Amino acid sequence: MSATRPTTSGSSRAGADATGDGRDAVDPRPSGEQERRARRAGGKPPLTDRARGERNLGLLLVAPAFLVMIGVVAYPMLLAAYDSLFSYRLTAPDQRSFVGLQNYITILSDPLWWRAFATTGYITVITVAVELVLGFALAMVMHKAITTLRPVLRTAILIPYAIITVVSAFAWFYAFDLNSGFVNQWLPFVGDDFNWFAERSSSLVVIMLSEIWKTTPFISLLLLAGLAQVPEDLQEAARVDGATFWERLRKVTLPNMKAAIMVALLFRTLDAVRIFDNVFIMTAGTNGTETLAFLAYRQTIQRQEVGLGSAISVLLFLLVVLIAVLFVKVFKVDLSRQRGE
Amino acid sequence: MRRTAAVPAAVVVAGALLVSCGSGESQEVTADGTPVLNWYINPDSGGQQEIARRCTEANQGRFALNVQILPNNPQGQREQLVRRLVAGDSSVDIMSLDPPFIPEFSEAGFFAPMPPEVQEAVSEGVLDGALAGATYADELVTVPFWANTQLLWYRQSVAEEAGLDMSEPVTWDQVIDAAEATGTTVGVQGRAAESMTVWVNALVVSQGGDVLANPEAPADEIQVDLDSPEGQQAAAIMQRIADAGVGGPQLSTADEDASAALFESDSGGFMVNWPYVWARGQTLVEQGSLDQSVLDDYGWTLYPRVDAETEPATPYGGINLGIGAFTDDPDLAYEAAQCIASVENQTYYFASNGNPPSNAAAFDDESLLEDYPMAPTIQESTQLAAPRPQTPFYDVVSTGIQRTWRPETADPGSTPAVSTELITEVLRGEALL
Repeated sequence: MSATRPTTSGSSRAGADATGDGRDAVDPRPSGEQERRARRAGGKPPLTDRARGERNLGLLLVAPAFLVMIGVVAYPMLLAAYDSLFSYRLTAPDQRSFVGLQNYITILSDPLWWRAFATTGYITVITVAVELVLGFALAMVMHKAITTLRPVLRTAILIPYAIITVVSAFAWFYAFDLNSGFVNQWLPFVGDDFNWFAERSSSLVVIMLSEIWKTTPFISLLLLAGLAQVPEDLQEAARVDGATFWERLRKVTLPNMKAAIMVALLFRTLDAVRIFDNVFIMTAGTNGTETLAFLAYRQTIQRQEVGLGSAISVLLFLLVVLIAVLFVKVFKVDLSRQRGE
Repeated sequence: MRRTAAVPAAVVVAGALLVSCGSGESQEVTADGTPVLNWYINPDSGGQQEIARRCTEANQGRFALNVQILPNNPQGQREQLVRRLVAGDSSVDIMSLDPPFIPEFSEAGFFAPMPPEVQEAVSEGVLDGALAGATYADELVTVPFWANTQLLWYRQSVAEEAGLDMSEPVTWDQVIDAAEATGTTVGVQGRAAESMTVWVNALVVSQGGDVLANPEAPADEIQVDLDSPEGQQAAAIMQRIADAGVGGPQLSTADEDASAALFESDSGGFMVNWPYVWARGQTLVEQGSLDQSVLDDYGWTLYPRVDAETEPATPYGGINLGIGAFTDDPDLAYEAAQCIASVENQTYYFASNGNPPSNAAAFDDESLLEDYPMAPTIQESTQLAAPRPQTPFYDVVSTGIQRTWRPETADPGSTPAVSTELITEVLRGEALL
């Protein structure tokens, strides 16, 4: 084993790049001593011929994927940014006119945008918080479950996540709908003719419940991976020192899986900000349940106001980027899910 | 352990670009060379497919009709057709269109111009309301196919108990009073959907008012007339239904089906709805979930009046046939549309699928009365029918109404004003919708 590879304690990360600097698994580094010296000096380590050759091959191999990404991601995004500068309705192409940033001004000064923004934020915060707690509990159950039970348990917990969001949205809608629903008969504290989809608050409750039901398995799976990374010897040591379950949870388990928790939070937050299907199926955005993604859909697809819709899409894109940057920079989320040392 | 290095020598990037053979497109033909005309239809119970078959058979090899099914709801149908037509899709030969979209399509140049002789032929004998709905800017731009209209449905026993003489015209106030007195319901569509625009438009136009003063004007010049005595009266009626509690628990989310379900329930008294509720009731009886005695108790009459002295402007719906602007053979497409909308086919479509004709002559078939005893009322109602605002910006007007009118919060003092302001701002590009 090369001297540059730090040993890992107990986890199966052999061969991984533990410095977390995003380098390729093919490690073109020169000797460890040389590198450390270069790092201390604040410069980059010099590349050997072999390393340079491997880097160039790497770039060549990545190039087709990069070009495809440009085509399918960057091009539509840039086109949307360009379209957002026009007043442009699909059914009146002759009346297309350049309006500069007017669309953005219209959107950002409209209460509808801010209400959708607040609704999206509300749904995101509540669902992600509930999912984190629930997901962690489920992950603990899966982690601790006896070996024979574990596969069955994991499958059972994962089933909601395997269901298509639109299908689960329909299922929840029909369960709560006055005509076809049965939930009112089950709940003692609501009347039989309580209309869940008549009000903003009760509609949001159903929307969030279905969202939580659907995506808690995802978060619990990510947390399960994090739990598996917590070194057993640390747990053992804490147990020997007489730490209780809660003390071990707070002082050993959670700090050691911070990266996993942050990655889970980041993924779910980005997911929740884009929430669309549940709202589309259950309320179609009525009664103040409209989210940002739904607003973008309505302007672009339904109203065919391509300019206005593109501007909303660009704003939504910026919001997603902002959240990702915040998580990565401020909360120091390491997307390769490695621990520091 | 040593592994033999089986590293792939090269990565082959197959840039398989699908290049369409776009140039020199020619019209679709069948195996024996007959030109194929695509007819984009709204989903139904198979009636349009059968009509396509009949027309294909009848024209002796001049064209073959091929049916393409559009999404289920009118909004989805509009979206798909717009996308195709914006791209200049020549495969769109004939379209089954919901009438409110006609001005927008016409303004965008999506229809092939209708030859004068066709205009004359397809407007002969068409009921006034249906003709108005197929027309934009004083010109017939689509072929009237079938015409829907809402009726006032009631339980004969309830009307009798309330002492309401249904052989005379009735007003909304009378209907609400009767339901209140008998502890029954008035089924309306309070959902924030297209049906809300249908309702508001009918209430306003029934008083001689208009939702828009100049529907054909450019967006920034359109004058919204909802904040008027007629608009206030419309809000007052909605408010009364909510306050009296006769709208049922689902009032603010009720669509046509929910209203029908309410009417079929024990508390059913009155309902405004399309004629399909009759066929729906018969199906439920066959399935055993509705008692025959309930269906026997069904009564129908013209849509309620707002003002006792003024005839109602009944809601108008249905389907018209538009010929795509980019079709390879518009003349053939118009010939096919005339076949589809022939009196004979309209009668067939009513009898088999329950969709009422737009042509008066199609009502003449006496046998229709057996299955659809309300046919004469439908005919009379279609004659009185008033289309929704005939503007290319119908979508803005309709969504604006859907967002601001709600039975529970309807207030003559604020709803019409708020609605007018929102729609006006959106039309001027100053607000989101």
